[in-house]
Amino acid sequence: MLYREAGQFKSSYAEDGRIFPIRQDRIGFALLMLAFGVVVPLLANEYWLKAILTPVLIFSLAAIGLNILTGYAGQLSLGSAAFMAVGAFAAYNFILRVDGMPFLLALALAGLAAALVGVLFGLPSLRIKGFYLAVATLAAQFFIVWVLVKFPWFSNHSSSGVVTAQEVRILGYAFVSPEAKYVLTFAVVAVLALAAKNLVRSATGRAWMAVRDMDVAAQVIGFRLMRTKLLAFAVSSFYCGVAGALYAYTYIGTVEPEGFNLDLSFKILFMIIIGGVGSILGAFLGAAFIVLLPILLDNLVPALFGDALGAGFASNLQLIIFGGLIIFFLIVEPHGLARLWQIAKEKLRLWPFPH
Amino acid sequence: MARQSGDVIVDLRNISLRFGGVKALTDISFDVREHEIRSIIGPNGAGKSSMLNVINGVYHPQEGQIHFRGQLRRRMEPHHAAEQGIARTFQNIALFKGMTVLDNIMTGRALKMRCNFLQHAFYWGAAQREETAHRLKVEEIIEFLEIQSIRKTPVGRLPYGLQKRVELARALAAEPHILLLDEPMAGMNVEEKQDMCRFILDVNDHYGTTIVLIEHDMGVVMDISDRVVVLDYGRKIGDGLPDEVKNDPDVIRAYLGGAH
Repeated sequence: MLYREAGQFKSSYAEDGRIFPIRQDRIGFALLMLAFGVVVPLLANEYWLKAILTPVLIFSLAAIGLNILTGYAGQLSLGSAAFMAVGAFAAYNFILRVDGMPFLLALALAGLAAALVGVLFGLPSLRIKGFYLAVATLAAQFFIVWVLVKFPWFSNHSSSGVVTAQEVRILGYAFVSPEAKYVLTFAVVAVLALAAKNLVRSATGRAWMAVRDMDVAAQVIGFRLMRTKLLAFAVSSFYCGVAGALYAYTYIGTVEPEGFNLDLSFKILFMIIIGGVGSILGAFLGAAFIVLLPILLDNLVPALFGDALGAGFASNLQLIIFGGLIIFFLIVEPHGLARLWQIAKEKLRLWPFPH
Repeated sequence: MARQSGDVIVDLRNISLRFGGVKALTDISFDVREHEIRSIIGPNGAGKSSMLNVINGVYHPQEGQIHFRGQLRRRMEPHHAAEQGIARTFQNIALFKGMTVLDNIMTGRALKMRCNFLQHAFYWGAAQREETAHRLKVEEIIEFLEIQSIRKTPVGRLPYGLQKRVELARALAAEPHILLLDEPMAGMNVEEKQDMCRFILDVNDHYGTTIVLIEHDMGVVMDISDRVVVLDYGRKIGDGLPDEVKNDPDVIRAYLGGAH
């Protein structure tokens, strides 16, 4: 009953193809965007903006990237962090070496650089599938980080290998405060998330899913496997690359290649597994879950047990609870939080009536 | 039935296909005429599905020639076959399980869509217009095959008979010249078979589609085929009108075993 769809009829195929076919959803979504785009930066404190909301958005973007590749096109990848690294270091070098490089252009170029590298490491996908492909992308993970460490040119010969992101400046306005950085991140992520949603609901997305579900049939229909898979690698890496650049410029500020390690790749993989494989919404939910849960536990465990446990045990307990919760969620809903949300919505359509 | 068969559209000459030492097809020649329903029958393992795979480029025969509309076809990939207007269904349903019925059928129109992925990413404008235009055609097919009520259902949730029908819809969405049907009625009950026969005949009649059909139900084959080719152990043992084939001693021997 929360959803009153009665009286809402679709009278054209364009209406049927909307992202939110129900009016209540459209209003709700507009309010949500308004809240996170305007109200939050006005009200939230620095800690929330800096340490929680901005990274959630950035990780969501990376998770969208991986979800395009793994969730939609069915190509398992363990190299997301490496593609983020490519994006971060490409943006750094573009801004460093090209005079007057606009930030947004550098961001796009960083994505394109990552896309190029992604296509290169996507080539094995034409011959191998599943876990074997995952191992091949693992090679990308180690190789790219190794290259960035090995050749100091990438970090402008910084002795420690750490680079400090330059000031972000768009049309003369410097994005220095956490609020400004958050709003910038929000805008970029919102635009790219919308583009991703459009891609997956149109012919491109259908091609990816066709290849994922049954590649022989996809071929017989006329899809070219090579083109479809490599496009998925390119788009996916583009998203990861932009996420990496944002990670450096609007989140942590100083990055080193080793920061983009396998742990981070796994983290992004967990995000899409928990959020929902093959769902754009799932990328956001998963990223929020993975970022927020440890913080929640950080505050909860000492509150519950005080100092009785000792610091070492308390932090281990957090890891145990974290792992346990992930397993719990996967058993309850293997298709992730996005599916849970979908089920809840279907229930709300009828509630409180049984049918 | 007064269907008019036209010119030869596919001409297979001396096709041989081997997998290592296994001879799947040996020296097979037959042709398919425009607008006809051409059936391929034979016992299990006779090479019927391999034959379809040769026609639409999944397998590449070591010997022999395929003439398509009078032109010799060199080694060709499945997507080339699709571009030339050959669509097919599979023996074991090969639908895209994670997608809805509508999306599955929309994939059938992929080759007719022209927008690139950047236009898709932007969506509004050209991509949406194209999507709507193709949706109209797809809805026509959905109506034709009477699957309106399930268009938004994920295909994985549908019963077998309906999945077969959706697969036919997906093949039809490409508006093919030639439709290859690999056991479209396997595992169906009598009513479902009757429905499927009706759809196949309607497609043939309404769109003028040439149909190459593999089927085990002899009643169906003899009823709806214009001509029948019989394979056994990868060789052709019979070819002709249904009545001729039915009474061919070689065919009877292959199916029932010879007198000892």
